[in-house]
Amino acid sequence: MANIFSGMGTSHIPAVGAAIDHGKQGEDYWQGYFKGLEPARAWHAQNKPDVVIIVYNDHASAFSLEQISTFTIGVSDKFLPADEGYGPRKVPAVQGHPALAWHLVESLVLDEFDMAISNNMPVDHGLTVPLSVAYDAPAEWPVKVIPLCVNVIQYPQPTAKRCHDLGIAIRKAIQSYGEDINVSIWGTGGLSHQLQGERAGVINSDFDNTFMDNLVNDPIANTKLTHADFVREAGSEGIEMIMWNIMRGAMAPKVEELYRFYHVPVSNTAYGLQILKDSA
Amino acid sequence: MTEVAPENDFESIPGTYVQDAAHYQNGYGLNMFCMSLNNAENRAQFKEDETAYINQFDMSNAQRKAVLERDWLGMLQLGGNIYYTFKIAAFDGLNMQQIGAKMSGTGMSFEDFQNMMLNGGRPIDGNRFKGESDNG
Repeated sequence: MANIFSGMGTSHIPAVGAAIDHGKQGEDYWQGYFKGLEPARAWHAQNKPDVVIIVYNDHASAFSLEQISTFTIGVSDKFLPADEGYGPRKVPAVQGHPALAWHLVESLVLDEFDMAISNNMPVDHGLTVPLSVAYDAPAEWPVKVIPLCVNVIQYPQPTAKRCHDLGIAIRKAIQSYGEDINVSIWGTGGLSHQLQGERAGVINSDFDNTFMDNLVNDPIANTKLTHADFVREAGSEGIEMIMWNIMRGAMAPKVEELYRFYHVPVSNTAYGLQILKDSA
Repeated sequence: MTEVAPENDFESIPGTYVQDAAHYQNGYGLNMFCMSLNNAENRAQFKEDETAYINQFDMSNAQRKAVLERDWLGMLQLGGNIYYTFKIAAFDGLNMQQIGAKMSGTGMSFEDFQNMMLNGGRPIDGNRFKGESDNG
């Protein structure tokens, strides 16, 4: 039986990928940020799962307005970095895990979560930046990855509760997978940020930290937030935080917080990172 | 036609363009043009002759003008979505803070925007509801 190894929330800010790709980690702007990642990276170096389910959103890279799926699972054995408008990131191709991905599809759909299935989805910074956060710049990513892409751009996005419930169903799916492997799940995006409009640049540290506190102690509180609550309090792009609820739903009702790091600003965004483990 | 559930009162949020049904429909052609810039050959064609390139897309004259003039706020007001219009910024070699300053609509400079972020970002207090701030 597969095991839920750990959960992580992390923002997926493209500037972080650019700083790593262009060797800017030592610059004044970035030093404090990358110092804050060190304990997380040390933990990841010692605690490698076999597969990571990365819950992320596509930013007009693989998917456009032509067809919008609420939840999409990547079932391919390989996902290439996307050209987002300035050439693909020069990071390794992402290796998939088709057997577990198809098991997730089957288990989730039979559990009444109607997942879309994709065999050809280039992956953008939403997925590759979290890998860089955890593993820096290796020649090959040390884990296999199942991309789980969520529509967070077009209203109506899935509700905060639906995301949490999907996480619960993912836990059940992982625990019914026949092979003895360790599976982690990462919820990515957020935290508070607004990239657009006259209100661009809005940050709400109180909201962000309450959200992370709730992920540890009262995850149901985070399922009661409406779309407008996220947009008003955490900025128009802060609604990406619903993807952390998917991660949290896949964890046990009681969790331990192994590490938290919060840093403002990274580009226009409040960066958050949280590593969770099921309580023994 | 109700497009947005009542608990999702986006209208009262200042300075924010929500990608709802109306926004989707108004901005479809503009956003699909932006999306085309993911392709290097298309970027080369756009570079060669911006007007000829955008004329291939189903866009209004106002949308075309906003693109050619790099009116970042105007593009949002005409249905653009930031993840799509950012493709044009990337094409121009601009970063999110540079266009963030331009979208503020207050003549804010890039340096002012950068400093605002370094000082903790645009404060949420005073920016939750229209009428609380200048961003409405």
